[in-house]
Amino acid sequence: MTAKIGYDEVEIGTELPARSFPLTRATLVRYAGASGDFNPIHWNEKFAKEVGLPDVIAHGMFTMAEAIQVVTDWVGDPGAVVEYGVRFTKPVVVPNDDQGALIEVSAKVAAKLEDNRVRVDLTAMSAGQKVLGMSRAVVRLA
Amino acid sequence: MALDQSFVGRSYPPTAPYEVGREKIREFAEAVGDPNPAYTDLEAAKALGHCDVIAPPTFVFAITFKAAGEVIADPQLGLDYSRVVHGDQKFAYSRPVRAGDRLTVTSTIETIKSLAGNDIIDVRGEVRDEAGEHVVTAWTKLVARAAEGA
Repeated sequence: MTAKIGYDEVEIGTELPARSFPLTRATLVRYAGASGDFNPIHWNEKFAKEVGLPDVIAHGMFTMAEAIQVVTDWVGDPGAVVEYGVRFTKPVVVPNDDQGALIEVSAKVAAKLEDNRVRVDLTAMSAGQKVLGMSRAVVRLA
Repeated sequence: MALDQSFVGRSYPPTAPYEVGREKIREFAEAVGDPNPAYTDLEAAKALGHCDVIAPPTFVFAITFKAAGEVIADPQLGLDYSRVVHGDQKFAYSRPVRAGDRLTVTSTIETIKSLAGNDIIDVRGEVRDEAGEHVVTAWTKLVARAAEGA
């Protein structure tokens, strides 16, 4: 494992470069195919509304996959991630229009651990709502 | 409907091996829009010290969730799968998943709770390679929302 960030370079509170991830219905169809999760709440508006959702929603695991990119881009080597966990607090609602939705992710170092590891706390927002809670990754730095 | 508490602690036999393919990793990385070369470029992965291309951190969920699905579909458990939403997800890695891995999953039901009419179940999936070495553990919390009027 070869993280490009050194443990001694970071402090508690160090912010990682934030990113925004746009997505549309087409993104969800593609993710459904790649992940094998064909739950119709992620592509069928009629079905989503029948089960009480406001509209089609993104796969929680898609949001989870987007958010960790802020960490893996920062360290360079995705193999440096030793733990990653989230709580799915609110759905990312994806309307059937040209705009779709946006997931905005920010992250900062929350703790310095032993063995050159740090804990990074992530925040993921969409349409002004926090879509991931307790979102944390532990990463081994150089 | 209350779930059968006797399922807590129950483990299921390991799944048949899932062989991780380079092109499946590429397809997944493209679907999540992640251009990190460690997922698609063998030389880039090797430069980072990996022996083959590696998979994005959440890739393994497809394998562990399928294994968990076999557990929670057990009719004796009594989970209404049509009302299930994903509550929490966590992974702890011994090493990244990589192309060429043949992975098996052993699922265990860790807890079963009922809260305000919702059924909550935690499933742990231990993922091992062909040599029996631990690769990653996935914890999945599923919530079956209370039926209306229940």
